[in-house]
Amino acid sequence: MREVVVLSGKGGTGKTSVVASFAALAKGKALADCDVDAADLYLLLRPTVKREGEFWSGQVALIDREKCTDCGLCQEVCRFGAIVDYSVDQIPCEGCGFCFQVCPVDAITMQPCMAGQWSVSDTRYGPFSHARLGIAQENSGKLVTLVRNNAKLLAEEQGLEYIISDGPPGIGCPVIASLTGANLALLVTEPTLSGIHDLERVVGLCQYFRIPALVCINKYDLNEDNSRRIEDYCRGQGIEVAAKIPFDNVVTEALVEGLPVVEYSSSRVTQEIERLWQSTLAKLGG
Amino acid sequence: MIISVASGKGGTGKTLVATSLALSLSEKRKVQLLDCDVEEPNDHVFLRLPTDQSQPVFIRVPEIDRTKCTYCGKCAEVCVYNAIAVIKQKVLVFPELCHGCGACSYLCPESAIAEGGKEIGVVEKGSLGNLELVQGRLDIGELMAPPIIREVKKHIDSASEVIIDVSPGTSCPVVEAIGGSDFCLLVTEPTPFGLNDLSLAVEVVRKLRIPCAVVINRVGVGDGKVEDYCREQGIPVLLRIPLDREIAVLYSRGVPLVEGIPEWRKAFLELFQDVNRVFSAGATG
Repeated sequence: MREVVVLSGKGGTGKTSVVASFAALAKGKALADCDVDAADLYLLLRPTVKREGEFWSGQVALIDREKCTDCGLCQEVCRFGAIVDYSVDQIPCEGCGFCFQVCPVDAITMQPCMAGQWSVSDTRYGPFSHARLGIAQENSGKLVTLVRNNAKLLAEEQGLEYIISDGPPGIGCPVIASLTGANLALLVTEPTLSGIHDLERVVGLCQYFRIPALVCINKYDLNEDNSRRIEDYCRGQGIEVAAKIPFDNVVTEALVEGLPVVEYSSSRVTQEIERLWQSTLAKLGG
Repeated sequence: MIISVASGKGGTGKTLVATSLALSLSEKRKVQLLDCDVEEPNDHVFLRLPTDQSQPVFIRVPEIDRTKCTYCGKCAEVCVYNAIAVIKQKVLVFPELCHGCGACSYLCPESAIAEGGKEIGVVEKGSLGNLELVQGRLDIGELMAPPIIREVKKHIDSASEVIIDVSPGTSCPVVEAIGGSDFCLLVTEPTPFGLNDLSLAVEVVRKLRIPCAVVINRVGVGDGKVEDYCREQGIPVLLRIPLDREIAVLYSRGVPLVEGIPEWRKAFLELFQDVNRVFSAGATG
């Protein structure tokens, strides 16, 4: 089984549109949405949920005011500023349990958190693993790991060859959880200075974890000088630029219609994404 | 006033709004722009301010004094992040998992745990005229953005207008960046993805009890459902930026909108006035 994760560093470069089109083009694959913070892929895949469950992760402190003697030790030891006036603010509380450990009268308990929800679904493109992190919750990395494990199980059960994952923006915890152990990272970038800056950081991350990478420049004709800069940079890093997708409103029109762009139009956008999938497949091997 | 600029979805124009708002306001008053998107900080790409201060950010991680350690396992038992494991005569520390809570060190019965510093990123400061940029940058391969965001926010100067550029998403880095703001501007685009992620971002700011308003970018693509949603939810839309190739090209070159097309300054100054008006009216969005 081979797994490709689509990343970008910068948000909004077109990861989800590419993944949804891959869903329509690829045979024998399971799909995963690892952007559990702001999961959008389901809008295009229109899943029928088969199984779902709660994601319990982490904990928060709770002070029993009946037992509390207002000694203040908990407030003193808490490094997250989560305890004020002998009461815990659940948002900054990182669940470390330091207060619980030191409370001399056992007035503090640690409460488990329902940090989100996971789902395993059918779509007309194949099985789909996805999740939703609870609002303002922590532990998105652990939920990403759960989504990936569910996708692997689906692929194993159904004898599927590939997993295609939509990744989150950034380079931190949930991105690292999406990337480690994958066979290939497809990096979708755009020819803007911020896109280039962020691409360089996510390339650095792939190199750090020794994951092979492939680049796609989306909206390449928005700034062709910058696109050339990206190509030069990639050449220097030994990374193939597998496709250059032109700027075209058809991508948004397809989105409004709730369709992957390759099913909505046969424009150059579609041709480039088809080419990109072929290159991705070749690079993934198997 | 502290205004954070957030979005849920990435790439909707947070940086465009944050930089143009900061530049417009800095003509007449002191402004601080805090780039709290520490995984991918981009404000510097647009402002190009000279950096005059750079400070590494450390988190405190346990250092075991093996001459004192009795391998009792207390540290591993109290660490909820599994950042310490004690196996027979060995203590293993996994610094990337450590949240720096300090419980292990405090609770070690042999006082065998000191707390060393592990560098996870940097906070940089630069200024020009009335405008100061403070940005955090997470080192590549590090997991935890919140400690860097906390460091950036320590630089808040209450005598300035403060604008915070927030990372996309709805989880801990976003909460850390937005927390304590007086107002939150949510930047979105009129597409199904934009709407879905806007509604998540609205849930975050409501949970944090921060009043909010919306900026819609790339008006002209997509559909009218974001406008419908804002109307139903009673969230004011304070600025609409059209889908325009010239704006997109300026952005691609790293030119702030209000520098490339100075007529936009007026719109951003009005945006600031509108934010103040909505804030004073006590609308909670």
